Amino acid sequence: MKSAKSWKLALVHLALLVLVVINLFPLYWMMTFSLKDNDEIFGGYLKDDAGAIIYDDAGEKIPVARNMIGLPRTWRWSNYTRALRTGNMGRYFLNSLVVSASAIVITLLAAFMATYAMTRMVWKGRKMMNKFFMLGLTIPIHAALVPVFLILSRLKLLDTYTALIVPYAAFSLSMGILISAGFMGDIPYDLDEAAFLDGCTEWGIFGRVILPLMMPATATVGIYTFLQCWNELLFATIFVSKGEYVTLPVGVKQLVGQHTTDWGPVGAALAIATIPTMIVYILLSRKIQEGFIAGAVKG
Amino acid sequence: MKKKWSYRLSVLAFLLPGLILFVGILIAPIIMSVYYSLNDFKAISGADMTFVGLNNYIELFSRQLTNDKGALFANVNYMGDALINALVLGALSVFIQLPLALLIALKLSKGIKGERAYLSIYFMPVLISTVIIGQLWMNIYEPDGLLNSALGALGVKEQVFSWITSHIHSTKMPFKGGWTGYKETALIAAFIPILWQYVGYHMLLMYAGIKGVPADLLEAAQLDGCTEGQVNRHIVIPYIKPILKVCVIFAVTGSLKSFDLIYTLMKDTRRAELPSTLMYKLTFLNNRYGLGSAIAVVLIILCFAFALLISLAFKDRGEKVA
Repeated sequence: MKSAKSWKLALVHLALLVLVVINLFPLYWMMTFSLKDNDEIFGGYLKDDAGAIIYDDAGEKIPVARNMIGLPRTWRWSNYTRALRTGNMGRYFLNSLVVSASAIVITLLAAFMATYAMTRMVWKGRKMMNKFFMLGLTIPIHAALVPVFLILSRLKLLDTYTALIVPYAAFSLSMGILISAGFMGDIPYDLDEAAFLDGCTEWGIFGRVILPLMMPATATVGIYTFLQCWNELLFATIFVSKGEYVTLPVGVKQLVGQHTTDWGPVGAALAIATIPTMIVYILLSRKIQEGFIAGAVKG
Repeated sequence: MKKKWSYRLSVLAFLLPGLILFVGILIAPIIMSVYYSLNDFKAISGADMTFVGLNNYIELFSRQLTNDKGALFANVNYMGDALINALVLGALSVFIQLPLALLIALKLSKGIKGERAYLSIYFMPVLISTVIIGQLWMNIYEPDGLLNSALGALGVKEQVFSWITSHIHSTKMPFKGGWTGYKETALIAAFIPILWQYVGYHMLLMYAGIKGVPADLLEAAQLDGCTEGQVNRHIVIPYIKPILKVCVIFAVTGSLKSFDLIYTLMKDTRRAELPSTLMYKLTFLNNRYGLGSAIAVVLIILCFAFALLISLAFKDRGEKVA
């Protein structure tokens, strides 16, 4: 009986480990081919970093065996310098950071203020107003695509930070309100009353009582908004497709398009774009997972 | 009385930033999209806007899509094909991805050794940019890519290729190994990275739901002699129904809206055209703003309709169980 059970458990672990391998293999593979050249990946002749064929002492070309998934034989870090130099990876990274951070600040401010009005101020229609905002959870971003594109291009705002910051904040707002409402509802209402009796205005209560207690919500809404913006592609492709304000996903796509047959530098660019996200995830995995759960469970 | 007015004003002031964003970027554009969809225009200024009624919608569902010069849009799938592709992706997600996610979540939430580590690894692909995932899988599906090398190493490449050739009807050309280059293989090829990326997302939501099942409920069932399967079927799954509903809604509306992966995985999206990729082509590569808006309106309606239908379906079953 007992051995049957432990057999079963071992099988479950085996299945889970197979899934781990399936999950990690594409990333492992990306890292390995980011350090190889095409000759090593597909088989060819040995070349130096500049791409010239190396001859052995007898003047023969040195054949390289195909090595598609193994560890690189020579670790070609020059792929990374090429990706950084020819592609503007550092700049794209900065752009994504500026756009995401700005969208987060706007979303947080607008969401907290609206949530305050709808959960802690008493007025007719606040439930209706909340339902109105919740429509945003279902509205696809395609709704905004053509009108916002036309407006941005008439205002000459295409290819600027603003072109992404404002739409990103707007599309994160509904979830921001939903998450904030949960957190704000947990703050005791006695605090408002005490502050009111002390002579605080609504703004005083919001700024001095509620905001300081909303720090956990700030993290959750912030992480949620960040993840919405950081990898976003559709708005980014259409609103900021060229110039110096291109964000990481569009930048990587363009870079990859230029080197499409040269797997090494492509892999290096992909790795450069992936590693920071992975580091942040390793540091904050619990908080990030909570952000996703909060978004879905309450929706 | 005066105080009441100032109170109302401060309510408005608190709502204002949110309202401006929400109405300006979400609500007003919906109305504008509906209006645009009833017009034909190719200039960004809208100077050539002419009212055409429902003609854009009729053109969309005909096989007669034209570009900005009035020429027949070469090789484009019409909206019907794109919608069917999106719904096939949605069905694959609901019937393959979600059961798999539920299975993993049920196993992990039983307090298996290392469950946090498993959970974190399975969820990780969700955070990787789809551009990167698309490019990685492009390298897998290429004629010289990983998949065909693996088939070659296993010695079954020729058999697999000839089997696929005999099942391809969209072209007379034999299958040469470009997995995203044939209508019959492109959609499945696109589904696999989607499955890889998002199974962990649904698993995480379900896992969180299962962890919320009250412990005494589970203990009582175990004391009554329920097997693990019975506990799952009669207690855990009914309890997490609200989360399953969210997962199904996300899977279906997510497939309808899906753009990133197909756009990055394929140099030419026409073999697995989706509403979003069609909209991108028509609107931003061919300046058919009215026609593109019609796609947006269809998508808005479908997203709301499916969210509503799925909610209703879950409500009925929930009552039967209770």
